[in-house]
Amino acid sequence: MPVISYREALNQAMREEMERDENVFIMGEEVGHYNGAYKVTQGLLQRFSERRVIDAPIAEMGFAGVGVGAAMVGLRPIIEFMTFNFSLVAIDQIINNAAKIFQMSGGQFNIPIVFRGPSGPAVQVGSQHSQALESFYAHVPGLSVILPSTPYDAKGLLKAAIRNDNPVVFMEGETLYGSTGEVPDEEYVLPIGKGDIKRAGQHITLVAWSRMVHTCLDAAKELAKDGIEAEVVDPRTLRPLDVPIIVESVHKTGRCVIVEVGWPVAGFGAEVAYQVQKHCLDALDAPVERVTSDDVPMPYAKNLEDQVQPQVADVIAAVRRALYLE
Amino acid sequence: MTTPDTARIEADLPLPTSVDELTPLYRQMLAIRRLEEASAKAYSQGKIGGFLHLIIGQEAVCVGAIATLKPEDYVVATYREHGHAYAKGVAARPIMAELYGKKTGLVKGLGGSMHLFDKATNFLGGYGIVGGHVPLAAGVAFASKYRGDGRVVLCFFGEGSSTIGGFAEGLALAALWKLPVVLICENNQYSMGTPLYRSLAVEDVSLRALAHGMPRDRFDGDDVIKVKRRIAEAVERARTTGEPTLVEVVTYRFRGHSMSDPGLYRTKDEVEEWKRRDPLGKARAHLLELGLAPEKLDDLEADVKAEIEDAVKFAEDSEPADAYLPYVMKGGA
Repeated sequence: MPVISYREALNQAMREEMERDENVFIMGEEVGHYNGAYKVTQGLLQRFSERRVIDAPIAEMGFAGVGVGAAMVGLRPIIEFMTFNFSLVAIDQIINNAAKIFQMSGGQFNIPIVFRGPSGPAVQVGSQHSQALESFYAHVPGLSVILPSTPYDAKGLLKAAIRNDNPVVFMEGETLYGSTGEVPDEEYVLPIGKGDIKRAGQHITLVAWSRMVHTCLDAAKELAKDGIEAEVVDPRTLRPLDVPIIVESVHKTGRCVIVEVGWPVAGFGAEVAYQVQKHCLDALDAPVERVTSDDVPMPYAKNLEDQVQPQVADVIAAVRRALYLE
Repeated sequence: MTTPDTARIEADLPLPTSVDELTPLYRQMLAIRRLEEASAKAYSQGKIGGFLHLIIGQEAVCVGAIATLKPEDYVVATYREHGHAYAKGVAARPIMAELYGKKTGLVKGLGGSMHLFDKATNFLGGYGIVGGHVPLAAGVAFASKYRGDGRVVLCFFGEGSSTIGGFAEGLALAALWKLPVVLICENNQYSMGTPLYRSLAVEDVSLRALAHGMPRDRFDGDDVIKVKRRIAEAVERARTTGEPTLVEVVTYRFRGHSMSDPGLYRTKDEVEEWKRRDPLGKARAHLLELGLAPEKLDDLEADVKAEIEDAVKFAEDSEPADAYLPYVMKGGA
C-alpha cells in the first residue's frame, strides 16, 4: 500500500471529490495561487481553475458566510481557514447560520459545507495561534466535528465530510501534515461517527484524538516494556461521538485515561468521562483520569510550551495512577 | 478606477404608473399592515411570544423591491421580515401560524417571528444576528454566478447593520467578486433606540459603496412605485452584468423596535410627521387619482381584511408544534 503524508491524503480527498461533483468548490485565504498556507490545496487551482478554487481576502466571517449561502442553494463548499484560530471571527456563521439553518427553516434548507483547516497547538507560535478549539464546536448541535489522526483517516473522513449533507467542522492536526501512513490506491470513504482502535490492549483504555493519539501510542510503547498493555481508542469524530467503541473497550480494561491537548475546564474529555462513568460504572476499577494541557494560554518559549501540553510522561503517570501503581 | 455613482434626487412627484401596476402593490402593503396589526393584537393577548418586530410604516420598501423579482430570484432578510416573506409569495396563514408557534407554521413552530424561511418561494430567511446574513446573501449570489443561472439576490438589512463586521465583509466580497446581489439598506433612522447621529459618523450608508467601486443608490421609501423603479435598475444591473449595488432607502417605522419598546426616544411630533407620509396613504390616494373606483378599493380592503382574519383563525385553530428532533440535521442527528 502506498505510504503518503497526511497533507497529501487531504489533497487527494479534495481532488477526488472535486472530480466527482461539480458542486464542490474550495474557498479560503491563499488556497489557490499560493497553493495553500500549509500546501494542502497544492495543485488544485491548476487542475480546477479559479472558478472552483477561490482565493479569498482576509475576511473569515465574510467568506465563511459566503460558503453558508452557497451551500443553502445546493453548492458544496469547502471553506479553508488558514488555521482554526481564525475561525473565531467566523464563529457566528458556523454556529448561528451553518448549524442552525436546517432547524430554523423547519428542515427546508440543509447546509452541506465543510469548514476545514489546521487546528490544535503548533510549535512556538504563541497563544493566539496555538490552541485546541474542538470543544467549542463539539458543543453545538447541528455540526459534525472530525479530528483525524492519520493519513488514512484524514482522506476517508474528508471525503465523507464533503459528501455529508450537513455542516462539518474538519479539524486537521497542524503538526500532523508531514506525518505519513498507508493509504490505499482504491477509493474509500469512512463513516462519520465511528471510532477506531489504534492499538489493542487489555489493561487500560486510552481515549485520544488528533495528535494526542500519537502521544498515547508512544506512551503505550513505553508502558508495554513494563507489561502494561494499553488500548488506544481514537473516536476520530467528537460529534457524533462513538460512545459504544469507548464503552466496549472500558468494559474490557476496567480503566480509562482520556488525553486531550485542550484546556481542562469544560474540555471534551469531560464529556467522554461522563459517558464512561454512566455506561461503565460497574466495570471501572479506578476513577477515570484526564490528561489535558495546563489551564493557561500557550506560552512561546519551547520549554514552557512543552511543559504546558500533555507529554508521554504525563500519560504514563496518569496510567500508573489509574492502575494504582503510584 | 472611476466609481459609478447612480444615486440621485428626484422631484417628489408621483411617478407614472397605472391602476394595473399599483393595485397589487397597494394590496400587498395593506395585507402586510393588517398582518402586522393582527400579530400585535395577538401578542398583546399573549398568543405570540418572544420578540416581535413590526414593519408598519416601511411596507413600501419590501413590496416595491420584491416586485422587481422573478420567482426564481432570492430574498434574504432580517428579523423584521414578515412583510418580505409575504411579498415574496408566502401566504398569510403559515406566517401567522408560525408566530403562534403552531405545527402548521411556515417552519413548524421552530423559528417564530424572526426566522421565516420558505424554499418554495426562494425566501431564504429571517436572521436574528444583525448583519450576519449579509455574507450569506453574497454566498447565494456566488452560487448564481457559479452556475451562471442569472438569479438575483435581494438582501435587506437596517442601517444599524452598517456598523457591524458582517456587513463590511459581505459588501467587500460582493464587490470584489462581482456577485449579483442588491444590498438594500432599509434606513428607518433608528438602530433600536439610537438615532443616526449617535451611531454613524456619516449618516449616508450608501456612500460605503464608493470605497468598493460599487454602484449605489439612495432615495425615500414612501412611494412604492419609486422603490420599484429604482430597485429595478439595480436588479437589472445584477442580472445583466453580475454587479452588486448598495441601495439605501430612507424610511420610518411607526411602531417601536419590538413590541416591548414604547419608543420614548423620539417625539410624538416626529412620528406624526412621518405618518403623514404613510406609503399606504400615498398609494391609496394615487389609485383614486388614477381613476380606480372607490368601491373597488372598498372591495380590495374587505378582501384583505378577510384574508388576514382567515390567517388568524387558521393559526388559532392549528395544532401546537410537536417535533424538534427531526430538524437538527438532515437525515437525523
